[in-house]
Amino acid sequence: MAYALEIKDVHKTFNSGTINEKIALDGVNLNLEEGDFVTIIGGNGAGKSTTLNAVAGVWPIDKGSIIIGGQDVTALPEHKRAKFLGRVFQDPMTGTAATMSIEENMAIAARRGKRRTLKWGVTKAEREQFKEMLKTLDLGLEDRLTSKVGLLSGGQRQAVTLLMASLQKPNLLLLDEHTAALDPKTAAKVLALSDKIIEENNLTAMMVTHNMKDAIAHGNRLIMMHEGKVIYDVRGEEKKNLKVSDLLAKFEEVSGGEFANDRMMLS
Amino acid sequence: MALLFSLSPMSLLRAMPGAVAQGLIWGIMALGVYITYRLLDFADLTVDGSLATGGAVAVMLIRAGVDPVIALVAAFAAGMLAGFVTGMLHTALGIPGILASILTQISLYSINLNIMGKSNQAINVDQYQLVVSLRYISGDAATKFKFYGGVILGCLVLVAILYRYFGTEQGQAIRATGCNKSMAKAQGINTNFHTVLALMISNGLVGLCGGLYAQYQGAADVNMGRGAIVIGLAAVIIGEVLFGKLCAGKKLAFAYTMIAVILGAVAYYIVIAFVLWLKMPSDNMKLFSAIVVAIFLSIPYLKGKYGKKGVAA
Repeated sequence: MAYALEIKDVHKTFNSGTINEKIALDGVNLNLEEGDFVTIIGGNGAGKSTTLNAVAGVWPIDKGSIIIGGQDVTALPEHKRAKFLGRVFQDPMTGTAATMSIEENMAIAARRGKRRTLKWGVTKAEREQFKEMLKTLDLGLEDRLTSKVGLLSGGQRQAVTLLMASLQKPNLLLLDEHTAALDPKTAAKVLALSDKIIEENNLTAMMVTHNMKDAIAHGNRLIMMHEGKVIYDVRGEEKKNLKVSDLLAKFEEVSGGEFANDRMMLS
Repeated sequence: MALLFSLSPMSLLRAMPGAVAQGLIWGIMALGVYITYRLLDFADLTVDGSLATGGAVAVMLIRAGVDPVIALVAAFAAGMLAGFVTGMLHTALGIPGILASILTQISLYSINLNIMGKSNQAINVDQYQLVVSLRYISGDAATKFKFYGGVILGCLVLVAILYRYFGTEQGQAIRATGCNKSMAKAQGINTNFHTVLALMISNGLVGLCGGLYAQYQGAADVNMGRGAIVIGLAAVIIGEVLFGKLCAGKKLAFAYTMIAVILGAVAYYIVIAFVLWLKMPSDNMKLFSAIVVAIFLSIPYLKGKYGKKGVAA
């Protein structure tokens, strides 16, 4: 059976040929099985978010290929890859359209990967469906279908974005530090919701995080990146038994102990 | 004082019907500006050129014996074509939006001259069955009623069509593109395609307005669109300032906002008529318009900076 995702020797250099040249991805290789939930950790500039953006097609990669569900998508632009992907971003503002209502945002997501026709943008049946889905969030949003998303809090927006990502079952869910901008309590709620949505829909997912505890507690597999490469890949029992100290030791080993001022310390 | 005494209230009153008629017609262009400026978040200066293109196409077709209504359809199509060019310059060739639209606007000046063969072409209302005309305002009651009723009904039909359209899947995709490109792309929306589409619809409306206005004044002029974008912005902003609170939160808020934009254009022309009545030299009108728009555009910024605390903080 085909892998849910194959990342084959992907390279990406930003500002190539200038003084600001930055090798962001230096031969990334990664295969995801169907149903894998991978957490990705690593220092700043390790290539975590860049890997997710490479999969999403935010910019063309320099070398290598990206295969989703057996289909090579390397040459596809971002909006054409969208039909395979659900995405939640670090900035709660990024995942939703602020000037549009909750139901309109959800309706747009329900049509991900489909042709946009001259039919009504939101149907009656959808309205009922969205209401039911919003009820499960327990945030009182089911009565605010026509409220502009811009009026919602960051946590509420991330929760709605998560629902939107799962409306059309994606081959792959990309969570790019989606709780980093939230307060700890809200972050925990959004993480629990992510787990629930991934489990209920049996999704394959990648989650970038700076929080090592979260990286260990969630998913069935953990990878660590460093300088644009995957340097550590654990799964199953071995991952479950990981401790933060193990990860710190691993990180110290590869980075030569120069992690002192890294954000990872905070966790 | 002498000036004040020399003003006749009657002459102001006499200027009103024309101001309202002009406002309603230019309101259609303002709807086009609203689509790019507010929905698409794109400062589209194509307008100054595409308005004259609409006028030129309509007048030349009417002179060639084409029905004035069909000529309006052609004016709409010509405007769309102009929008398409701006859109392609921006999306396919990567030229910044405002520059792309300036390029189209400038090139349209030559194209409009080519369409008309000279800088000005007239059509006589006695010769053709024009859709709108200055003459109808001073006609008998039935003519006036038909004229205003027709123009108002036409505006409302346009609002209804646009309301319906921006509620469709495609219309929502345009709005998402204008609001948040990252979100739109992540949801599989081809933002380039929808940017071009919105520019075409917008400039189509502007071309339609040009065709109507040329019929109204009985001539198309290569300079008839000069400063149109400023009038369009003024209408959008005046409409929002005057009626924004009334529209917000309503079920048909979007339709009301579009009507407010048209009324904003009417308000603009009433103010202009008033200022002209005060015997301000008409040479200064463009300066006056620009100042009005600058003031209204800066209000939200200044409010945020010096206004009540608590909203942003």
